[in-house]
Amino acid sequence: MLYLKLAWRNIWRNKRRTLITMSSVVMAVLLSGVMSSMQQGQYDQMIDNSVGSFMGHIQIQAPGYHDEPILDHSLAVDSTLLRKLNENDEIEAVVPRIESFALAGGPKKTKAGMVIGTDINAEKFLSKPDRKIIDGEYFTSNNEHAVLIGQGLADYLDLSVGDSLVLISSGYHGVSAADLIPIKGIVKFGIQDLNNSITYLPIETAQSFYGAYGRLTDIAILARSPKDIGQIVNEISTDLDEQYKVYGWQELMPELVQAIQADRGSGYIILLVLYMIVGFGILGTVLMMTAERKYEFGVMLAIGTSRSRMAFMLILEMTTITVLGTIIGIVASLPFIFYFNINPMHFTGEAAAAIEEYGMEPFIRFSTDPELLLIQAGIILIISLLISIYPVIHSKKLNPVEAMRH
Amino acid sequence: MAIIEVKNITKTYNEKQVPVHALNGIDLDIGAGEFTAIVGPSGCGKTTLLNIIGGLDKPTEGSITINGSNLDDLTEKQIIDFRLHHIGFVFQAYNLIPVLTALENVIFILQMQGRPHNECIATGKELLESVGLGDKINKRPSELSGGQQQRVAVARALASKPDYVLADEPTANLDSKSTSDLLDMMHQLNESVGTTFVFSTHDQRVVERAKRVVTLVDGKIESDTKQ
Repeated sequence: MLYLKLAWRNIWRNKRRTLITMSSVVMAVLLSGVMSSMQQGQYDQMIDNSVGSFMGHIQIQAPGYHDEPILDHSLAVDSTLLRKLNENDEIEAVVPRIESFALAGGPKKTKAGMVIGTDINAEKFLSKPDRKIIDGEYFTSNNEHAVLIGQGLADYLDLSVGDSLVLISSGYHGVSAADLIPIKGIVKFGIQDLNNSITYLPIETAQSFYGAYGRLTDIAILARSPKDIGQIVNEISTDLDEQYKVYGWQELMPELVQAIQADRGSGYIILLVLYMIVGFGILGTVLMMTAERKYEFGVMLAIGTSRSRMAFMLILEMTTITVLGTIIGIVASLPFIFYFNINPMHFTGEAAAAIEEYGMEPFIRFSTDPELLLIQAGIILIISLLISIYPVIHSKKLNPVEAMRH
Repeated sequence: MAIIEVKNITKTYNEKQVPVHALNGIDLDIGAGEFTAIVGPSGCGKTTLLNIIGGLDKPTEGSITINGSNLDDLTEKQIIDFRLHHIGFVFQAYNLIPVLTALENVIFILQMQGRPHNECIATGKELLESVGLGDKINKRPSELSGGQQQRVAVARALASKPDYVLADEPTANLDSKSTSDLLDMMHQLNESVGTTFVFSTHDQRVVERAKRVVTLVDGKIESDTKQ
């Protein structure tokens, strides 16, 4: 209690010095926390755009489909498997799909496009085409003879709702696939690549089109928490036999993992520079404080204060300053993080175009994952406490006679 | 019987460069209850001798025995503990802890000794009363005059009932009235409680009140007289 009182009063003895030190910690936590939140928000969006909003966090495929994605490497629908997956509490949605490509044709032009044959109800949880309809309506049944078409593709082919789309492709085991399908709706995706190439068919219509009755190319799975993916992959893998392969999104999109890792690396460098600037700032004030109080330390030693007690008092002082600074830093970060989470930072013009080039929607929604802020706060706290070792070491070496001559 | 025995101590600074011989073979015994002034010109070694007697510095040669304990035989931690329990210090510049009140400064040493809180408070108040500062117990050093601060320093030095009090130029920063009051107070404590005081001083007023005067010149005892 005595040392706590002494430490607390010493902290406020030189308010300006304390406030400078505390401000350094606050700024460090604020900047690193907000930056990490922005960076993670960007990654979450990259993952969500590529994985959570289309591909699924996990896919179950037939062996060989991952390396050679053709219909001949499809798997038979297993209703028991689908039911079991749907009963898993960690899984939000199970989307059976048959995915392939086809030549899409309008009255004058043709273009290669993606064909997503999907369970029309399950798909509402993953790529949510029902919410992206800008004209027309969503499917009503899995065997409905109708197609949803991307807005970019529709514009290119000069088609609209009510027109018919020509699809020509090669089906299961090489059968020829061709059909003229009425367009029931136009969907618009934020990602231009999808917008310019996608077509949705109800799953049974797609199976019929490709001659792949009762077959799927993949079962896309949306996890409730993206953090649990590894665990879910393991669980599912152990339950399934060799006719199935289970992949997490990291294996399905290694290029995305590499892009995030590369970007995270540059983020670490920026954070490191920030830590150094802040660290030296705190060190400066700590050095000043130690020099100013050398005489006082000498007196305390002379009247019988042990070095360990003095070190304890100094550690208490620095810990109090850094813990207070860290808490204020966390509190100060929250409004920024939540504001930009609710109101994502939108890009326009060339910046937006550049982001869209990478298949991402042109905005950044800051991540509110508390772990990010706590990790940054923890790092800053550790740096500050490491720096506070200096006066402790100094007090350990202090000669009271020399100190009192100071 | 001597509580402080100084045997043939020397102290040389800068031994490897240009040696400065601060003390050159000092032999000195100080008995319990003495009121001793160590006097001499600037640089004669008064403060060095006091620092060595207080265990703040080590002699180059020779030995110091306090109440039968040879300081050479103690570790640094034991010496700090020894200072805490056996020696009271009064410094020229008062050296109170600025963030503590007068009472807190006085009881600081008692708290470090682990005494019960109520006992610390009672002792602290009693000591401040005895030095005439009963009405200033909650004042911080910055709110007290130089003389009052030095009284608090004396009260602090006496708080743990030390074997002896070392005072390095305690009146150097005080005016005549404060010096006189402080000397009266210390003299009274010496007479009534039997506290041993050892001063280093230039101040003739202190010398006049001392019972024994040890004069140092060039690191040697030139005279040792009882008054």
